Amino acid sequence: MAGEPHVLPSPAAVRKARPRDSVGSWPLIDRVAFGLCWTVGIGLCVAAAAIIVFMFVKGIAYVRPSLLIESPQAGASEATSGGFLDPLVGTLLLTASGTAIAAPLGVATAVWLSEYARPAALARAVESGVETIAGSPSVVLAIFGLFVFSRPFLAFLSQTSAGGSVFGRSFLTAGAIMAMLALPLIVGATREGLAQVPGHVREASYALGKSKITTIRKVLLPSVRPNIAGGVTLAMGRIVGDTAIVVILLGATLHLEGAGGPPILSTLRGTGATLTSYVKYNSPAGEGNAPEKAYAAAFVLLIMVLALNALVTRLTSGREGRSDRFLAWAWLPNWRSR
Amino acid sequence: MSPATPPRARRIALDREPTLAEDRHRSPLGHPIDELRVAPPSGAAPPAAASVSASRRNGLQDRPSIPPATVTERMAIEAVSLAYGEKWVVREVSLPVRQGEVLALIGASGSGKTTLLRSLNRLTEITAGATRAGRIALDGQEIESMEVNELRRRVSMVFQQPNPFPMSIFENVAYALREEHAPGRRRRRRSRRELEPEVIDALRRAGLYEEVAADLDHPALRLSGGQQQRLCIARALAVKPEVLLLDEPCSALDPISTATIEQLIVGLRSDVAIVIVTHNLQQAMRVADHVAFMHLGELVEYGTSAQMFDSPRNQRTRDYVGGAFG
Repeated sequence: MAGEPHVLPSPAAVRKARPRDSVGSWPLIDRVAFGLCWTVGIGLCVAAAAIIVFMFVKGIAYVRPSLLIESPQAGASEATSGGFLDPLVGTLLLTASGTAIAAPLGVATAVWLSEYARPAALARAVESGVETIAGSPSVVLAIFGLFVFSRPFLAFLSQTSAGGSVFGRSFLTAGAIMAMLALPLIVGATREGLAQVPGHVREASYALGKSKITTIRKVLLPSVRPNIAGGVTLAMGRIVGDTAIVVILLGATLHLEGAGGPPILSTLRGTGATLTSYVKYNSPAGEGNAPEKAYAAAFVLLIMVLALNALVTRLTSGREGRSDRFLAWAWLPNWRSR
Repeated sequence: MSPATPPRARRIALDREPTLAEDRHRSPLGHPIDELRVAPPSGAAPPAAASVSASRRNGLQDRPSIPPATVTERMAIEAVSLAYGEKWVVREVSLPVRQGEVLALIGASGSGKTTLLRSLNRLTEITAGATRAGRIALDGQEIESMEVNELRRRVSMVFQQPNPFPMSIFENVAYALREEHAPGRRRRRRSRRELEPEVIDALRRAGLYEEVAADLDHPALRLSGGQQQRLCIARALAVKPEVLLLDEPCSALDPISTATIEQLIVGLRSDVAIVIVTHNLQQAMRVADHVAFMHLGELVEYGTSAQMFDSPRNQRTRDYVGGAFG
């Protein structure tokens, strides 16, 4: 190879020279399927773009800063019916309580399923239980929740009427059922992460004389932190967007109505609304009939869900050991001992 | 360029290969391989595979570049058999593990080397359906009767793939140092300041400290593969083990990192007994004092490094060392 240095052609020229696979040579059925794939793909993009553009156009027209800081009022016209501060707070409160219940339970379930799972029959039962919850419509969960939380022994979670019947509707009860909705997402994401941790990493910890539980707490959970964060965020999106549970288990009031007692507990045991129930109530199909408010609230809701989705993408795409991974760690409380 | 012509880059690589082949026999330890491959002392009767004979110790004196350390037996493997399910993968192997020397387990894939290695700190117990027969003793005490986490601190292990934990470099070593909470004992967290000297000492012994001194708080996963593996060795050394098990520690590494780690292994053997599993015969030749050749679960031959590579007694060892299979 001595002599003048060999000049390589540019990669672009090499790419061009290589013969391409052309669709024209495919069998008819493949060409039809190929065309369908493109049509469906583009169709979905168009539909998604249409929803977002529609909501933006409608939303921008009606959303005003004042709507975010005013409580809803009983008014006959759009001008007098106030803003949607209460539903906004309700959404945040419900998401927080649902996630607070679901995250520890979901992570614990996932850890048990992937690291212990003995006896095997119990593991199978837990697994199908989680799948069943994941497959249940939220309205079914809500009805079940209303039945359970109306039992007298669970009266402390909501309000009791003068007649002694338990109301069963509150942020706590709705949050508990929302947690069921969120649980499978967190379990799934955490298990997926744990499955990706190679066995020799666990063994390396055992080989240092560490017990299984220490290994889980110090090595495995920090490793899957991005997965947990992704699952929790996905679950938040699910809770923010659900309507059936809110309507059935939170009550139809537009204001946050406390149950009395200590301030925060009062609100949690009380009823309220969320953006979803507010949109339903004010939509042309609902009793409030204030479509402008509905559009504005729906716009805010959409922004929240899109932001959560963007966060999910960001948290989970850094899994390949890129530096993003470490940003994702910062998202959840840092378990690293210092 | 026609599509049939292979890309130019590959030809360049081919041209370079002979140069690499020439370098292959150069020892990374600084002295030529030939020095290690001294013929066994004349008149030494071929010792029986399972018994310890004095002639084997001579193997150490064959290597003048490395001062012979005091050799003490740490572990005794006596007629150990191991099975996964109904299949015996290790059959009645007996070997001594001594401090002051490196024992290399060589053999083709599936010969039971790694399984035997993992049984020494009872890691085989993690595998469902694993069975062990025979006796393994650490300093005279049967390992079965020891508390498993205590045993694993005394017999620690480094794996084939570098596997630092997802924490900082400092924390990787500190994690190993923090005592496991034993029931009945009061838990006391040791602060960073308390741990720091030990962490630095472990990193230094693993030959990594100088490279990472300024970045102790950086994530360990950002280190290079060779550095990660040395961190894993530091972590394993931090618990002050009596025996260090190495399961093909260099197979995922480049030649330069491999040389560094081999140097480290040779340097460490006066403090800890080292057992290394390797597929790489040259590596066994470079680092080991004693070599055990296993085939299909059986110990075929055990002897000093020089003897095993220059005058193996068994035909299968001769074939394997000579490259006939494996």
